Amino acid sequence: MTSSPGLAGADRTPWLAAPSAIFLLVLFIYPCLYGLWLSFHPTEGGMLANYTKFFSSERQWPTIFTTLKLALPATLINIGVALPIAYRMRVKTPGQKWVTAALVIPITLGTVLVAEGMLTYFGPKGWLAQALGALHLYDGAIRLTHNYTGVLISLVISGFPFAFLLLLSYVTGIDPVLGRAAATLGAGPWQQFRNIYMPLLIPGIAMCFCLAFVQAYSVFPSAVLLGAPAGPTRVISIAAYEAAFEQYDYPMASAIAMMMGLAQLVVVVAVLALRRLVYRGPVTGGKG
Amino acid sequence: MASSTDTLQAPVPRRTGARIWNRTLSVLMAVFLVNVALMIATVAINSFAKVWRGTWLPDGWTVSWYADAWKEFQLGGLLIVTFEVMFAVVALAVLLGVPAAYALARRDFRGKRLLLFLFLLPLLIPPITYGIPLATVMYQWHLAGNLSGVILANLIPALPFVILVMTPFIEQIDPNLESAARVFGARTRHIFLHVLAPLLAPGILAAALLVLVRTVAMFELTFLTAGPDSQTLVVALYYAMFAPGVRTSQSVDAMAMVYMCVTLVWLLIALQFVNPTQLVSRVKEHPQPA
Repeated sequence: MTSSPGLAGADRTPWLAAPSAIFLLVLFIYPCLYGLWLSFHPTEGGMLANYTKFFSSERQWPTIFTTLKLALPATLINIGVALPIAYRMRVKTPGQKWVTAALVIPITLGTVLVAEGMLTYFGPKGWLAQALGALHLYDGAIRLTHNYTGVLISLVISGFPFAFLLLLSYVTGIDPVLGRAAATLGAGPWQQFRNIYMPLLIPGIAMCFCLAFVQAYSVFPSAVLLGAPAGPTRVISIAAYEAAFEQYDYPMASAIAMMMGLAQLVVVVAVLALRRLVYRGPVTGGKG
Repeated sequence: MASSTDTLQAPVPRRTGARIWNRTLSVLMAVFLVNVALMIATVAINSFAKVWRGTWLPDGWTVSWYADAWKEFQLGGLLIVTFEVMFAVVALAVLLGVPAAYALARRDFRGKRLLLFLFLLPLLIPPITYGIPLATVMYQWHLAGNLSGVILANLIPALPFVILVMTPFIEQIDPNLESAARVFGARTRHIFLHVLAPLLAPGILAAALLVLVRTVAMFELTFLTAGPDSQTLVVALYYAMFAPGVRTSQSVDAMAMVYMCVTLVWLLIALQFVNPTQLVSRVKEHPQPA
């Protein structure tokens, strides 16, 4: 039924995908491959000159770990908090609709606007500092911007809604009948979660972790605007940007971009391998 | 649906542990939402403030920052560029993406998995990672630094997004409708225009709105490929914040408010037609078996 081109000759329907495929091959795959090629053709030195420069420069290689130190805690916080809340809200209620709609707002506004809001709100004289001072919860100087904490907070503000909405779509994809069947057999709420939902959710959680981590690892505007881009939050994307648009060393910039991609890939592969270790079963839980 | 809610909640007597746990989760969520709301409120208040330093509320109110921002940042021009980019990206993404989604939804062919992977990849790799090699290539081809470059760059994540939203949507349309039209002698073009297009309209609308919302907020790719007169609002906002002290914080916030209004208007329209979870994933709403 689906593919009966009839007598008219070969089915040409698949070619409808050609324009999109060509566009992405030219403007996505080719630049990525070209970047890889370019990274091995430095402006001076041998093939690996860019990479040896990256790993011998005190301003370059530590960025891998600076970024990791931001992205990993941010991702763990986001997933760790989003998972129980998404699980709790799995039953459709009017509240769910409002909360999900409200959570879309920080995602939609984007990191630049979040940074602008945070500079005032979390700043040393912002509402948060004033409120904490007025309540005598914390009387010292409050420094939540232009440092590591500022970038971490911004990663939570933009990353938590993302993790929550993604996990919510995985959780609601699991048939609630399964949980109820377990309940009739005497399973308590915790047992239902641990033995019914959790195994089905593992693939979704792993996927969500990968996406959230990769996003956090490529943090750029908030690391510049809210962090200390010269030191503690000099993340890898800043290093790549400087190489490309301040030193105009495109081969070096490509090499750094490749390192950024590689670091993300390593973590993603590690998470997926871990998932396979913990859980063997169908790749998708529910409708993932 | 109602019965399922009842059975889930009614008969189980809640223990205090569970109650504390649930309360904690609600509080966490509330803290997050309240802080984000207050954060947005500070931007709004500051944009109307005469002076606001270290007090709960500013001393006086004014709207003059908006006039300042309009002149200083040439907001008129920025808005035009932003809208041009937005609509061009949406139109191109729909034009290229919907036929591709149709091919993926209706046919099995060799290399389909590879094609799906190609369409998924730009959504999995973050823009800044591929943006730098992309900008390098585009500058070499003299594509970057102008409006068409910004549009092409933004199309890279937008096109796969349309394809991945539309493919399941097309799958659930009965192929018999097309077959019937074909039996009566309709040509492919006519089937597309008179049978598919009306059926696809709601899906296209949803996909277009989702892409629209994502494109307005897309910072990285625009930032890397824009020239001085092809900046969108969000990139101009970044530059205004990047050089603190040059501009007053109020006029930057006035600009942020303009950006926020542009974004939120589209978001509100989009939320009428789509599920919020669709903004982050392509999972569509399933009717849950009761």
